[in-house]
Amino acid sequence: MSLNELWFLLVAILFIGFFILEGFDFGVGMSTRFLARDQKERDQLVTTIGPFWDANEVWLITAGGAIFAAFPEWYATMFSGYYLPFVLFLLALIVRGVAFEFRHKVHTNWTNLWDWMIFIGSIVPAFVLGVLFTSLVRGMPIDASANMYAGFTDYFNLYSVVGGIAMVVICFVHGLTYIGLRTEGPIRERAQEMLTKMYILLLVGLIAFAVLTYLSTDLFEARPVATPLLLFAAVLTTALAYFFTGKRMEGWAFTMTTGTILFTVSTLFVGLFPRVMISSISSDFNLTIMNASSSPYTLKVMTIVSLTLLPFVLGYQIWSYYVFRKRVSDSEPVGHE
Amino acid sequence: MEILDLARFQYAATTIYHFFFVPLSIGLVFLVAIMETLYFFKKKEIYLDMAKFWGNIFLISFAVGVVTGIIQEFQFGMNWSEYSRFVGDVFGVPLAIEALLAFFMESTFIGVWMFGRNRLPKWVHLMSIWLVSIGTMLSALWILAANSFMQEPVGIEVVNGKATLVDIWAFLTNPQLLVEFPHTIFGAFATGAFVVGGISAYKLMKKKDVDLFKRSFTIATVLGMVAGLGIAFTGHWQAQHLVSSQPMKIAASEGLWEDSEDPASWSLIADIDEENKTNNWSVEIPYLLSLLSYNSFNGSVEGMNTLQEQYTELYGEGDYIPPVEPVYWSFRIMTFGGGIMILLSMIGLFLLKRKTIMENTWYLKIMLGAISLPFIANTAGWIMTEIGRQPWTVMGLFTTAQSVSPNVTAADLWISIIAFLGAYTILAVVLITLIVKQVKKGPQKDTPEKPDVDLFNKEAFGQ
Repeated sequence: MSLNELWFLLVAILFIGFFILEGFDFGVGMSTRFLARDQKERDQLVTTIGPFWDANEVWLITAGGAIFAAFPEWYATMFSGYYLPFVLFLLALIVRGVAFEFRHKVHTNWTNLWDWMIFIGSIVPAFVLGVLFTSLVRGMPIDASANMYAGFTDYFNLYSVVGGIAMVVICFVHGLTYIGLRTEGPIRERAQEMLTKMYILLLVGLIAFAVLTYLSTDLFEARPVATPLLLFAAVLTTALAYFFTGKRMEGWAFTMTTGTILFTVSTLFVGLFPRVMISSISSDFNLTIMNASSSPYTLKVMTIVSLTLLPFVLGYQIWSYYVFRKRVSDSEPVGHE
Repeated sequence: MEILDLARFQYAATTIYHFFFVPLSIGLVFLVAIMETLYFFKKKEIYLDMAKFWGNIFLISFAVGVVTGIIQEFQFGMNWSEYSRFVGDVFGVPLAIEALLAFFMESTFIGVWMFGRNRLPKWVHLMSIWLVSIGTMLSALWILAANSFMQEPVGIEVVNGKATLVDIWAFLTNPQLLVEFPHTIFGAFATGAFVVGGISAYKLMKKKDVDLFKRSFTIATVLGMVAGLGIAFTGHWQAQHLVSSQPMKIAASEGLWEDSEDPASWSLIADIDEENKTNNWSVEIPYLLSLLSYNSFNGSVEGMNTLQEQYTELYGEGDYIPPVEPVYWSFRIMTFGGGIMILLSMIGLFLLKRKTIMENTWYLKIMLGAISLPFIANTAGWIMTEIGRQPWTVMGLFTTAQSVSPNVTAADLWISIIAFLGAYTILAVVLITLIVKQVKKGPQKDTPEKPDVDLFNKEAFGQ
C-alpha cells in the first residue's frame, strides 16, 4: 500500500470512528426530546455521554487535521466549497458543546433552554454531514483550479437530503441502542420500544438511500461488488439489531448499529477511492489521493508520528469507556463531581 | 468592505475571542492540578474544595475554548483556501499532530477527571488532571509551531509554487518557536494566576471562605510572580530574535522610520504619521533600544524605510511596511501590562509575607480590576505579532492578499461573520453571568455518588 492510500484509509477510519462514536452521542442528544419525558430523564441521558462526547468530537477535528496534512487540496476545496454548510455545522457544534457544560450551572428554566440546544446541536451536524458526504460522492462543480463554485441544488438535492435524513436516523437509532446499554429504569424500556419502530424507518431509509445511490452516483460502476455488498451489510446489520433488540440483547443490538454506521460510511469512502472529491464538470478535475496529496516526505513524517501515537490514543480512550461502564440510573446526582 | 478585509476581520475577531479562553484554560488547569496535588499529599479537604471551585471555572473556560477552536481549525480551509493549498504540506502537520496528541488527551482525561473522582484510585485521578494540563500545553506547542512557521519559515522549500516540508527537525526547532512557546505559556500562567488572584481578592474583600481564598490567592500570586518574570525574560529574548529574523516588525513596533542612531534610544510614546512616513514627535529614553536589542549600550537598529528598500529589491515592487500604529501601540500596551502584573505580584507577595493582605483593601480592589490585564496583554501581543508580519501570511513567501479563498463571496462572509460574532456575543454574556454566579455561590461541598449496575454483565450480551 502506498502512503497516499494509507492516508486515505486513515482519513476514512477517522470519519468512521467519528460517526460511530459521535453518532451515538448525537443520537442521545436527539433522544433528550424524542425519548426523555422530564428533566430527570434528560439528566440521566446526558450523564451517559458526559465523559465521552468531547473526545468523540475530537475524531472529527483529527480527521480535519489529517486531511489538511495529507491532502491539502482536498482540505482547501472542501472547506471553502462547503462554506455555508460548514458555518451552520459549526454554529450547531458551538451551542451543543457549551450547552453540555452550562446546563448544570444554571436555573431550571435555563437548563431547559440548554437542553433544546443539545437537541438542535445534535440533529443539525448529523444532517449537514450526511448532506455533505452524499453530495460529495454525487459530484460537485469543481473547476480546473480545484475551486468549487456550488449552487443551492448542488448542496441540496433529493439524494443529499435523503442522505442527510438517513444520517440523522442512523445516529438516532444508534443513540437508542446505546441508551439501552447504558441506562437502567423506565427509560431503558422505552428506548427498546421506540427502537422497534425506528428500525423500520431506518430500513426504509437505507433502502431508499441504496436506490438513490444507484441512480445518482457512479458508486455501483466504480465498485460493482463492494458497493452492493456494503449496502446489503448495512441493511442486514439493521435487521439483526432489530432481532437482538427484540431478544433484549442490548450489547449485540449496539454492536449491530455500530455495524450499520461502519458499512454505510464505508460505502461512501470505498466508492470514492481513489478520488477524494468528484467534479461534476469533468472527471479531469477530480481530486485524487495523488493530485491532492502532500509530498512523500510529509506523508512519511505523518505516518511515523500517527502510527506511534495511535495505539496510546486508542488505548486510553478504550480505558475511559471501561472506567465509565456502569449503567446510569435516573436518581444519579446531576453532572460531574 | 472587500472580501479580503472581511476575511481578515472575521479571522482576527474569532482568533482574538478564542485566545481569551486558551491562556485562561492553560493557566487555570495548571493551578487546579497544583491544588489537586496538594490535596493528594496533604489530604486536607480545603484543597479539594479549592480544586473543585476553580475547576468549575476552568471547565466553563475550556468548553468555550474548545468550541471556538473548532472554528479556528476549519477556517483555514473555509476562508483561506489558497493559503491552505500553499502551506498544507507544512502547516497541516502540526495541526494534525495537535489533534492527535493533545486534543484527544485533553478531552479524554477531562472526562476522566470530571466524572472519575469516586471511581478511580486517587493517584490515577490526580494523573488525569495533570494529563489535561500537559495536553493543553502540548496543544499550545503544536499550534505555535504552526504559527512560528508563518513568522519564520524554516525546514521547508518552495517546490512547484508550494511550501514543502524538507526537514521536520528544523521545523520543530524553529528559533522563533523556542522563544514564542515559553513566552506564550508564561502569558497563560499569568492569565490563570490573575483570574484566580483577582477573584480570590474579591472574596477576601467580602470576607467569604477566607481560608480557602487566602490559600488560592497565595498560590496564584506565587505563580503570577514566576510567570511575570518568565514573560519579561522570554519576551526580551523574542524581541532580540526579531531584530534579526523580522526586523520590519521590530522597526514598526518602535515607530522607527529611518535607521536609528548608534546607540539607539527607545521610544516611549510617539505621534506617528503613517502617511508621510515620519513621527511628529516622540518621547525617547536614550540607550534603551540598543540595550534591548543587543544587551549592549551601542548598536543601531534598521528603520522601516531602509527595510522597505531592501525588501523591494528582494521581493519586487510592493508595500512591505505593516500598519505601524497598531504594532507600535500594541507592543507598548503589552509591555506595560506585563510590567504592572510583575509589580502587583511583588506587592502581593510582600503583603502576604507581612500578613497584612486582609487590611489592604485598596490592593484587593486593584487585583479585582487587574483580572483584565493579562487578557489585554495577551491580545496586544498577538496583534503585534500578526499585524507586524503583514503584508505576509508566510513571511517572505506568501502574502495575505494571495491567501484568501477565491470562491467565497462577500455575502458568504457577511453571513458567517454575523453568525459567529452573534453566537460569540451571546456566549460572552452567558459565560460572564455563569462565572459571576459561580463566584457568588462560592465553594461547594462534596456529594457522594451512589453505586450503579455493571454494563458488562451477562444480561447485555445474551440471556
